Amino acid sequence: MSNFFTKSDLTRKDADNIVSETLKNCDDGELYFEESKSESILLDDDKIKSSNYSSDLGFGFRAVSQEVVAYSHSNEISKESLINSSENLKSTLKSSKGTYNYEIPRTNKKFYEDINPIEQKSLNSKLEVLNKVNDYLRKKDSKVKQVTASFSGEQKSIEIIRAGGEALTDIRPLIRFNVSVMLEKNGRKETGVYGIGGRQSYDEYLKNDNWKNVCKEALRIASVNLESKPAPAGEMQVVLGPGWPAILIHEAIGHGLEGDFNRKKTSAFHDLMGQKVASEGVTIVDDGTIDKRRGSLSIDDEGTPTERTVLIENGILKNFMQDRLNARLMNTKSTGSGRRENYKHIVLPRMRNTMMLSGNQTQDEMIKSVDKGIFAVSFGGGQVDITSGKFVFNCTEAYEINNGKIGSPIKGATLIGDGPSILKEVSMVGNDMMMDPGIGTCGKAGQGVPVGVAQPSILIDKMTVGGTKL
Amino acid sequence: MIKDQEYLKSKASYCLDLAKKLGATDASVTVENSIAETVSFRNKVLDESNRSDSLAISIETYIGKKKSSISSSNLLDENLKTLIEKCFETTKITPEDEFNSLPDKELLAKNIKDLNLYDQSHLENDKKIDYLKELEETASSDEKIINTESGFTENKSNFILANSDGFCNGYKSSSFTASCVTVAKNENSMERDYEFTSKCHLNDISNPLELGKIVAEQTIKKLSPKKIGSDKITIIFDKRISKGFLSSFAGAISASSIARGTSFLKDKVNQQIFSNSINIIDKPDLIKGIGSKCFDSEGVKTETLNLVNSGILSNYLVDTYNGKKLNLKSNGRSGGSTNLYFENGKISYDDLLKSHSKILYVTETIGHGTNLVTGDYSVGATGFLVENGEFKHSVNEITIAGNFNEMFKNITLANDLEFKYSVNSPTMMIDGMTVAGK
Repeated sequence: MSNFFTKSDLTRKDADNIVSETLKNCDDGELYFEESKSESILLDDDKIKSSNYSSDLGFGFRAVSQEVVAYSHSNEISKESLINSSENLKSTLKSSKGTYNYEIPRTNKKFYEDINPIEQKSLNSKLEVLNKVNDYLRKKDSKVKQVTASFSGEQKSIEIIRAGGEALTDIRPLIRFNVSVMLEKNGRKETGVYGIGGRQSYDEYLKNDNWKNVCKEALRIASVNLESKPAPAGEMQVVLGPGWPAILIHEAIGHGLEGDFNRKKTSAFHDLMGQKVASEGVTIVDDGTIDKRRGSLSIDDEGTPTERTVLIENGILKNFMQDRLNARLMNTKSTGSGRRENYKHIVLPRMRNTMMLSGNQTQDEMIKSVDKGIFAVSFGGGQVDITSGKFVFNCTEAYEINNGKIGSPIKGATLIGDGPSILKEVSMVGNDMMMDPGIGTCGKAGQGVPVGVAQPSILIDKMTVGGTKL
Repeated sequence: MIKDQEYLKSKASYCLDLAKKLGATDASVTVENSIAETVSFRNKVLDESNRSDSLAISIETYIGKKKSSISSSNLLDENLKTLIEKCFETTKITPEDEFNSLPDKELLAKNIKDLNLYDQSHLENDKKIDYLKELEETASSDEKIINTESGFTENKSNFILANSDGFCNGYKSSSFTASCVTVAKNENSMERDYEFTSKCHLNDISNPLELGKIVAEQTIKKLSPKKIGSDKITIIFDKRISKGFLSSFAGAISASSIARGTSFLKDKVNQQIFSNSINIIDKPDLIKGIGSKCFDSEGVKTETLNLVNSGILSNYLVDTYNGKKLNLKSNGRSGGSTNLYFENGKISYDDLLKSHSKILYVTETIGHGTNLVTGDYSVGATGFLVENGEFKHSVNEITIAGNFNEMFKNITLANDLEFKYSVNSPTMMIDGMTVAGK
């Protein structure tokens, strides 16, 4: 593959020598090359609003000594540029006396194919689908006042060169198809959004006119919201639907189980290893190995093969998610969770596909057991304060539950809870685990990476619902 | 060293010439270089150093009313040629859009004012380390502070914007930012808070002792929070939160939201949307202003806009494309607001705190609970309960909710405006919002 050396005075041998020389007294580090090609095509307001193509090429050079990280990146690939970076790293880590571990685990497994989704479907046929989406939705319902539909596709090639000359490569495709629709009725406006995607070609997601299902789902959500009334305010029982609502797990629990926050003892979970942090029956894993999923990776951004990491097993905290640096400092091994947005950023321990596994109750049983509460089916974004453990997320589709029955839809309300205690409030776990449709992006320290989530329906006994109706 | 104007100009004109040669009727190019050096500290020792050197180019080509764009970080002529050819081919098959065009020539900026946005001072990493040491020493002097993290970033950038109508301008800018996050712990809870300082000029940033003292005090004050009951209650928003309402407001009056019909402020020009004591101004030519701009991202000149006068909405933020759609001239706001602020209110901060017997004082919100289509607002919050002007205890795990249409009409502002960010607000009080707690 090494496109990285074809149009530059930098040779592979130079790179090996500079890397080995720079890192010889360090505990860890690598040179990371990245080439990405991406496109986004947007239909909005009855028109193709933009078509953008982007190509990016660059390197990030990292040296680690104990817990200090020195990093330098550039998009100029030349011998001079790499030497400048090397000098910069050496000046930061002047007195480093580390021992570099030359051995790294390797894998032959791949969880996606080496394809370039952008080239696999012609621009014309992409434009055609977007126009069909627009016509279909506007014809289907006269309340439709705005339609936005977009394709985004990417191919990212990486090469990791470690001291001693070991090299690891990966080619990662990723696509997303998204539809947003706004309805207006008697002066009231509401939107509905739905999307799909993952690490396959566009056509895998669009076959059998699947774009229509995406349209229908966006329209259904908008129609429900058009009839919604103000949400209640206060503490109550909450039933979460399966699939995407697992971003609750991602925000409430996932971030707090990332290695860096626990090494630094800033996570509310840092001293809870081996202890009961969730109700019996609650098992949560973070899995980078599911075929073609948005959060999956064959190797992470440090070259470590990904794995299925059990975070919580039957209520007991079992593992944190680790990159190499935090694993080394905490005397454990990397779980293949070292990720970065691109070559401009340092590696951090991050989630991949975070999933709560199925139990054996039904969603019906949950709803029937609730006197007064809400049933949350879909969410927009969420956020967590790692230190206090408080997290929020915003409902984009939710209903009242009164006396065991689903009632009217309610307006987008924020739910707030406490990460370390929320899983102890889970009193029923459903038998209907579902993956999300492949749309998640997780933000941390200014870096966005694609992730997935999954869960069955669950009943939470106590959460605060942030509506306006007292 | 960052690339000079000559280098950026040569890349820009190479692209414009090539696009024209291929048959583009119009084109515009932005070339930017920025170098950032960051040093991070944790618990009084070096944690990370990061040097980033980024070049970026973005090109738009037009064939009549057809348009498409490309961007890249690879500025080798050979790569640019491939990309521009690809861009041109894409443009050919992209459908026409009658509103696509370069900005009107007479609106392009002609006189570029020197706003003093660039400070050539360079702070060596060792000096940055000294600053952070002092900062963390001060921040951690109370034993309740169990963790400190801080960072110092020096950023220098230079850019050129050029188009086929002959516009070719750009300038250097710089920023120096120091920030600190501390974690405090007692027998009841563990809390985190932050403080930072960011200026165009090195000499203008806060001193490390001051910054360290403030962040530690703020964090310790948050310990032992209690949840409060669900209620309608008067809320005071700290300056770092109140500015967020201005950002939401700016989003809702952007010409793109208005033209798409997805804003709760559509068709509200010349209507009362705030109480009549409220004035909102966007001032692009503030000397050393963090949001200052000599022209917008299309090259259109920027002038001060009075967006809200005595509560009445008087302008949208207009760019060329959406302006044409709305039959409005661009007012140089492609890329959004510049230095946006509420004018001071009449009441002092202390008097505001004493104005009601029971007030929720919000210092942090979490979540993305702002819906600009409906104006609905619902977020998680932390802060303090204030009774008769006195801070009683910290509060967390609550949400606050309302709708901008009503909230905007119930705003009272203190007279403590300062220019710390690119969007700035005095301390703000809003009556009649709902708190959901116990």
